[in-house]
Amino acid sequence: MDTLQQLSENMQKGNADQVARLTQQAIDEGCEPKTILDDALVGGMAVVGYKFKKHEIFLPHVLLAAKAMHAGMDLLKPLLVKDGIPTIGKVVTGTVQGDQHDIGKNLVGIMLKGAGFEVVDLGRDVSPEKFLDAAVSEKAIVIGMSALLTTTMPVMRKVIALAHERNVRDQLKFIVGGAPMSKEYAQKIGADAYCYDAVSAVECVKRFIGAH
Amino acid sequence: MRRVIDIKTEDITPSITGILAHQGMPPHVQADEPTLKPAREAIALWEHLSQPVGIFAEIAIHEFAQVYIGESRNEPETPLPNIYQRANALALFAVTVGHDVEQEIRRLFETNEFPLGAMLDAAASVSAEKAVDVVQDRFRKHLSVVGRWDRSKGVMPFSPGYCGWHVSGQRALFDTLHPEEIGIELSDSYLMQPLKSISGVLVAGAKDIFQFDDDFPFCSECATRSCRERIMSIIENQPKADTR
Repeated sequence: MDTLQQLSENMQKGNADQVARLTQQAIDEGCEPKTILDDALVGGMAVVGYKFKKHEIFLPHVLLAAKAMHAGMDLLKPLLVKDGIPTIGKVVTGTVQGDQHDIGKNLVGIMLKGAGFEVVDLGRDVSPEKFLDAAVSEKAIVIGMSALLTTTMPVMRKVIALAHERNVRDQLKFIVGGAPMSKEYAQKIGADAYCYDAVSAVECVKRFIGAH
Repeated sequence: MRRVIDIKTEDITPSITGILAHQGMPPHVQADEPTLKPAREAIALWEHLSQPVGIFAEIAIHEFAQVYIGESRNEPETPLPNIYQRANALALFAVTVGHDVEQEIRRLFETNEFPLGAMLDAAASVSAEKAVDVVQDRFRKHLSVVGRWDRSKGVMPFSPGYCGWHVSGQRALFDTLHPEEIGIELSDSYLMQPLKSISGVLVAGAKDIFQFDDDFPFCSECATRSCRERIMSIIENQPKADTR
């Protein structure tokens, strides 16, 4: 079994220490950082996402794999930056104004990073202006908004309305998620997609940029 | 009657099964060691960091009617009025497991310790639910001491944000109960801080008052339908299947 295959399998099993060791080994063997990232880490996380969707594994396993992936990414990131390798896309995420719940939003960020996207996490209690300012300045392709309260859900509509007002709606895709959300509500407020969980969020963002 | 309850950590310690179930692990799935390890660590952390405390205050039915109306944003038809109006006793309540657990959850996510962070988050949620059980039990004991309780009765908690009771009802609840005394604050968007806090009303009364059909329009949006299990546990005089 070659190093990249071992790396991918250890990452899927959540063996963070082994992932760090094998990532370093692959670098030392002269493997391109981008190849290590795409073939072993991102490829491995795609398998994890697939198994999660099929209920073959559960959230704790996904998070163990995500932690292991970060152990590899810590070594690869400086090399990717040095080589000027761009990410496949940038996503701005945040919990909307008035809401402090961020576990779901964090999980989406973890899975998006695992799929190779760059994530600009604005945190909690994010105003519509802050969402739009960040998306424009960071040249993001997607804004991901999370809300756990029925009282804060309407902020999502305000963000999308502000994008229209600023004439940037066509440049951005909006995904929404959170316990009280539904596909119907997402359509009603003009979002591009409702994401049931972190894996479906990754699928949506991939679909938007045509990266399968 | 208003009472602050210093809840013992050991009375609401979550089980590994409860933590894993909260994270979507089906009960029939055997957890492997890599999964169990952060679950055990989360319980140890939770025991170290949690500061559980609760409060309850009895309220008259006519006074609660005003609290329930709140900002007049409830669904047109809800099950609770038909229940609380037939109650023998009502009490507003709030519980929290404190700020420290929440800060640790944030720190863990920020340092890429996702499995442990998620386990601790689940542990805090499960224990907050168990804290409600403790307060409910104290309310029951209080009623028993004053001769207003017997085995033909049951107690059930209801919270703003569920069963058609709009979350904005938190404002009237806070204005009446003042859970600030135990460190719970309410934001402009009716969000409690610390997040791992639960508030609502405890309804005590004859068992049959709790029965209602889950065919309200908002029931279709409810993912848990936990009311069915709660009603059954009261009717059959059985404790909830406690895997938490």
